[in-house]
Amino acid sequence: MVWVNIIIQGILVGGLYALFAAGLSLIFGVMRLVNIAHGDLIVAAAFLSLAIVQASGINPLASLLIVVPLAMAFGYGLQRGILNRTLGKDILPPLLVTFGLSVILQNGLLELFTADSRKLNAGLIETASFPLLPGVAIGYLPLLQFAVAVIVIWGLQYLFYNTSLGRAFRATSDDPETALLMGLDQRKVYAWAMALCLGVVAIAGVFLGIRSNFDPFMGPGRLIFGFEAVIIGGLGNLWGTLLGGVVLGVAQAIGAQINPGWQLLAGHLVFLLVLAFRPRGLFPKVDG
Amino acid sequence: MSDILLNIENLEAWYGDAKVLHGISFGLKRGEVIALIGANGAGKSTLLRSICGLMKKKTGTISFDGTVISGRQANEIVGLGIAMVPEGRRLFPSLSVEENLLVGGNTGRKGPWSLKAVYELFPVLRERRHTPSTALSGGQQQMVAIGRGLMSNPDLILLDELSLGLAPIIIKDIYELLPKIIGNGLTAILVEQDVTRALASSQQFLCLQEGKITLEGEPQAFSRDQISAAYFGM
Amino acid sequence: MNTTITRSTTASRVSAFIALALIAVLIVAPWWGTTSTLRLVGEFMVYLALASLWNLLAGYTGLVSVGQQAYVGLGSYALVALAMFAGIHPLLAVPIVGLAGVLVALPVGKLVFRLQGAYFAIGTWVVAEVFRLVAAQITAMGGGSGTSLPVGVLRAMAETKFWREASIYWLALALGVGALALVYGLLRSRVGLALTAIRDSEVASSSLGISISRIKYAVYVAVAGMTAMIGSLIALQKIRVSPDAAFSVNDWTAFVIFIVVIGGIGTIEGPIIGTIVYFVLREFLADLGSIYLLILGALAIVIMLLAPKGIWGYVAARWNISLFPTGYRVNEKD
Repeated sequence: MVWVNIIIQGILVGGLYALFAAGLSLIFGVMRLVNIAHGDLIVAAAFLSLAIVQASGINPLASLLIVVPLAMAFGYGLQRGILNRTLGKDILPPLLVTFGLSVILQNGLLELFTADSRKLNAGLIETASFPLLPGVAIGYLPLLQFAVAVIVIWGLQYLFYNTSLGRAFRATSDDPETALLMGLDQRKVYAWAMALCLGVVAIAGVFLGIRSNFDPFMGPGRLIFGFEAVIIGGLGNLWGTLLGGVVLGVAQAIGAQINPGWQLLAGHLVFLLVLAFRPRGLFPKVDG
Repeated sequence: MSDILLNIENLEAWYGDAKVLHGISFGLKRGEVIALIGANGAGKSTLLRSICGLMKKKTGTISFDGTVISGRQANEIVGLGIAMVPEGRRLFPSLSVEENLLVGGNTGRKGPWSLKAVYELFPVLRERRHTPSTALSGGQQQMVAIGRGLMSNPDLILLDELSLGLAPIIIKDIYELLPKIIGNGLTAILVEQDVTRALASSQQFLCLQEGKITLEGEPQAFSRDQISAAYFGM
Repeated sequence: MNTTITRSTTASRVSAFIALALIAVLIVAPWWGTTSTLRLVGEFMVYLALASLWNLLAGYTGLVSVGQQAYVGLGSYALVALAMFAGIHPLLAVPIVGLAGVLVALPVGKLVFRLQGAYFAIGTWVVAEVFRLVAAQITAMGGGSGTSLPVGVLRAMAETKFWREASIYWLALALGVGALALVYGLLRSRVGLALTAIRDSEVASSSLGISISRIKYAVYVAVAGMTAMIGSLIALQKIRVSPDAAFSVNDWTAFVIFIVVIGGIGTIEGPIIGTIVYFVLREFLADLGSIYLLILGALAIVIMLLAPKGIWGYVAARWNISLFPTGYRVNEKD
């Protein structure tokens, strides 16, 4: 029964990892950009929520109504102002600029909030649970988190394949020059993609903050979890990313059960194994 | 409303440091079909790319329906009413047939062309509407490319090498549909390797050789030898 | 008209002479300098070496690694382990550590090379994290808090403080100058020509028969070995290893990247300039703590957007100088 519990917890936290990963996957798909500051943006969103909660006393989940639009606006501006200038054939500029951004975010957050570990308090939902089986209880928060991840991924898939914005993303990603001939300004298209990505990042950040403690330096760790979920699941496949998150979560849960110090190592090990034996991931899309 | 839809004055264009268009000037009347002929590398595609805004390095003036467009971005120009059917089709591989057509309609311009109208013109596309565009034959891809251009309800359509890589019978089919494509008073510039076909489908023609206009006028006004001479630069 | 083809320029000949003079002065520093002078130069050499090597990887081979700290930490831990458990003299242990770095890089390289571009970068970071976590599990070396180099080991290095400090200092000098010499020598050679060709056009160079993946792999492994040796030097300088310090992203990757970007990526002179700038900035700004890092980050972004070739890149292009020429010049004399 202990193991059933462990695995279920692992699956549910996988939803959070999938949220970390969804934005990464989206941006890579649309503009072949990997944002090294992605994890730091997730943490920054958590801190933003903290600031709002401290100022207004509202529930962190309610703060999403403010954090998400703010994050999206920031994403739009970041892409149009800075990141669009780095795109091109060379992989170095976007990597180095986002790396610099990562350092700025971490130290900026450190200056604003100190290195203290924080947490977002969402109230009763954090501890409430319902029994699934004898000895197996499912917390409402982890379940909500997983449900939100599924909804977000479903939403992104729907957007990509059933809306004109999604068509714009895919067309621009295929052939930016011909997309121009369709009236699509790639600068704007990319900016909307980044806005969307940061919207997801904001959701991920708030849930991260509710679930566990956070501090200014947690960013890289979240980036790595997201990245591992994407690679394990397979590039170009958002549902695969969800699965990748779940695999990672379960691996970590099993590792932690064997030895608390092995939690992260277990996850990394599974990632390295997938990289070694199934380098295209478990469910890769046949993609270029 | 002026009679001249597109006016080009002293257009010069470069790829990097290499000058590819020299002092091109001509005017295109509303409703006219003008054929652009010339050998490979003569500058035909470059001229079309200059008109639709894809050439960065250029001088001279291009005006469309009274508005100067030479300094504008390509995505703005299509909104003003110029559609380009690019050389080699350049369909979006991640998109299906229908999605390619829908993207063509992105600018939302009103007019006779719609998804329904394009499917009436090319019924085979309706059968394959959800097929990935890469899974189609060359001729079908060309139909999608043309349909995609029409979806923006342009006033001027640029057709770059429709027959490239297609079997003769397919080319014949497409050219038989040309009157329906450029019916409705659509103005067109037709770039075509097949000189005979090009001249048969147009009211005016321009012959380019090494980036300069060597001959222009009505096709029937010149002999084959005169046209050959202009084509090959003799 | 008499045409000659040379490899050097006047500027490079002058700077070569200055460099040799400088090295001579530095070699005898234990006699004219203080402990803090030796420490500063030693630290300078560490960053110069790390920056030159990272530049070789990212600026010339196109391998942007954000995980070189894996080998730095490996080198640090390996040195302490060899000294503590195998009783090997620290200075002799350094080349062994280099070999260890190479051996570890062989399988690791195969693994991370399955990833491309930015994903490769994050992959190298994951590997470094794994190394860090594994090191924290080794109780024999102090687990999460780390351990110090035993006094006995230090005393075995040399009898007096003077000779101990001097030996570590000369090691630093050797590795710093050595890394620079290795990079320069490599880039002047046929391998270097291949690397430049690859950098300019992968498609064209592979069609000429240059085995891109093999060269990249070889460079990655060689750099790993050298980086491990620098890690062992760091352990000797700090006399202590701990997982967080030995495998620190900030110290061994972030700063290094900033140095290379600001100095001039893809040039040999760049890392030198960058290291100088870094140390000068540190003198004035280090008191500001995290604001200092903020400034460095912002500076790196600004340079990448406005002057992507960095300080030296700008200077070299403007005045057409090369202090470390790797190409050929045609001189025509009447």
